[in-house]
Amino acid sequence: MEDRETLTNLYYTMLLIRRTEEKILELLLQGKLASSMCHVSIGQEAVATGVCSAMQPQDYLTSTHRGHGHIIARGGDLRRIIAELLGRATGYCKGRGGSMHLVDINLGHLGSNGIVGGHIGIATGAALWSKLQNADRVTVAFFGEGALTEGIFHEAANMAALWQLPIVFVCENNQYAMSLPWTHATAERSFARKGEAYGMPGVEVDGQDVLAVRQVALQAIERARHGEGPTLIGAQTYRFLGHSRGDPSPYRDKEEEARQRARDPIRLYQERLLQEGILTQADVDAIEAKVAEAIADAVRFAEESSPATLDSVLEDVFARQD
Amino acid sequence: MRKIRYREALREALREEMQRDPRVFVIGEDVGRYGGAYAVTQGLLQEFSPQRIIDAPMSEAIIVGAALGAAVVGGRPVAEIMYVDFATLAMDQIVNQAAKLHCMFGGQLIAPLVIRTQQGTGRGAGPQHSQSLEAWFAHVPGLKVVMPATPYDAKGLLKSAIRDNNPVIFIEHKGLYALEGEVPEEEYTIPLGVADIKRPGNNVTLIAYSYMVHTALAAAQELSQAGISAEVVDLRTLAPLDMDTVSASVFKTRRAVVIHEASQFGGFGAEIAASLQERLFDTLTAPVRRIGGLHVPLPAHSQLEKQVVPSVDQIVQVVKEMIGTPEMAAKHATTQTLCCKSI
Ligand SMILES: Cc1ncc(C[n+]2csc(CCOP(=O)(O)OP(=O)(O)O)c2C)c(N)n1
Ligand SMILES: [Mg+2]
Repeated sequence: MEDRETLTNLYYTMLLIRRTEEKILELLLQGKLASSMCHVSIGQEAVATGVCSAMQPQDYLTSTHRGHGHIIARGGDLRRIIAELLGRATGYCKGRGGSMHLVDINLGHLGSNGIVGGHIGIATGAALWSKLQNADRVTVAFFGEGALTEGIFHEAANMAALWQLPIVFVCENNQYAMSLPWTHATAERSFARKGEAYGMPGVEVDGQDVLAVRQVALQAIERARHGEGPTLIGAQTYRFLGHSRGDPSPYRDKEEEARQRARDPIRLYQERLLQEGILTQADVDAIEAKVAEAIADAVRFAEESSPATLDSVLEDVFARQD
Repeated sequence: MRKIRYREALREALREEMQRDPRVFVIGEDVGRYGGAYAVTQGLLQEFSPQRIIDAPMSEAIIVGAALGAAVVGGRPVAEIMYVDFATLAMDQIVNQAAKLHCMFGGQLIAPLVIRTQQGTGRGAGPQHSQSLEAWFAHVPGLKVVMPATPYDAKGLLKSAIRDNNPVIFIEHKGLYALEGEVPEEEYTIPLGVADIKRPGNNVTLIAYSYMVHTALAAAQELSQAGISAEVVDLRTLAPLDMDTVSASVFKTRRAVVIHEASQFGGFGAEIAASLQERLFDTLTAPVRRIGGLHVPLPAHSQLEKQVVPSVDQIVQVVKEMIGTPEMAAKHATTQTLCCKSI
């Protein structure tokens, strides 16, 4: 059984992701974001939260175009996240990267990516180096189910299993890649069999159940850490909103949407915590207030920060030799 | 004449070619149900069938590969790559396979496929969604490269591209889809490899393609207020390249500026500038100038992005530098008419 602090932290993190993304959408509508590209992970918070809670501080991760949740769950600085989205010099990429390119090397977060699957190569390389160095480090590669059909995923999975690399492939199956349903994307939809085909275990988990995700991730990370090689995790989840702004998802069945939204991972978890007496309603309210305060602080910080400059971009085209 | 948008003109070309030739089909990501990331193929799934408007998995290499294979054995595919940046995932199929196949196999095979894609800035889409990569493709023998700037050109060129027996990289611009322009109801095509003079002028030739044609036209308008008459040549296709039209214009104006959004360093403008000096060294009154994007990964920040690509002001300033004062320009104009007459 998990201790109360862990259980509470999971709730706090999920709520922080949800409320931050709601705020991001609000800022987007107000025209305050520096870039038009922005994908939120509302409905998928349990995956990022459960997996990141199972990682050690020295571990690595790579993330996707839908990556706000991953960096927040990894303990990213909310101020720098919001500053990045508002195009401020204090942001994670000095304000030039925006929503799709969040990164924090100090947290072992090796970057989110605009190319679907592009970062899976980087994750595999990080795992290779960790193995070559005998470092006690596991890499987690988050990706959507859409990436399963990109060539880089197949090449990475093959290499990782062949060389028993310390990596965990976390597929967030939110059922759609833009408009393409997962059932129209790949013929073999069993993660167990997919994993087996590469020579690694494939584990499916209810991605709306944060504790279940955490358990599966703990096992996979443990395996990787002990030199037993990679695992493919398939977390079944759902993108509550459109692919991005201006996508009302006409290609989705409305009944399906309603059914999926009824399984809101945050509400499910909150009910459980209350039921089991781990949190009281007063605790829940206090967490809500704490989250609101953190977000207000981050927005304030970002808005007071100076804007990104082109000079700083030009300075960074090449790394210096010193 | 009726006016339609760039995206509608493209859709009409696809529709007409699909009606005309049952071998034509579309394959790509989100082209069917979603109607294309930039809504070009909207409604075509309903008009045709899932066999002819094919929603493919997110797999750029095999989307191009499958289009190529189908083309080799009799199909006429139009593959859509959502952003040119993602064409990098299909580069083997494009560069080593499609481009080479006809010549490498002694002319036995043909690869009549079109790869429709879009590129460029304007949405703050960032370093992996805003690049301009036309020079890469133009550099590969065996590929044709088309870059329309107007609805009229988009339609006529896409129809020709589909009928062409070679692989054609058809690069649209994300900033142009909503642009309206005159497009006749009647059937027409525009041959690949013919540039178009979008605005006549005498003092300087502005050579551009795709979105930058409009930037050049705006600059020409502003220059006219300063008494400078700029001719705007739209290349329309980079390969094959219509150097004759470009040279004839520069022979007349004796000054040339090449403008493109892509990084100036190693960009297509260098090809034009080099060709012009080879052909017209003695005629030119000033070095051919290039105005291209800064050599930097594109920032996602919309305001910074604007500063990376050529602007109207920049073009106006470069032309004024080349010409000097308006009086000088007028003098050049008269001497040059004399020159032309004496030939
Ligand atoms: C290589 C590549 N192809 C296509 C795209 C355009 N695109 C961005 S997100 C997306 C869908 C991604 O689906 P999935 O991997 O399931 O992630 P999700 O958006 O569902 O989180 C597509 C097609 C891209 N960014 N990169
Ligand atoms: Mg998905």
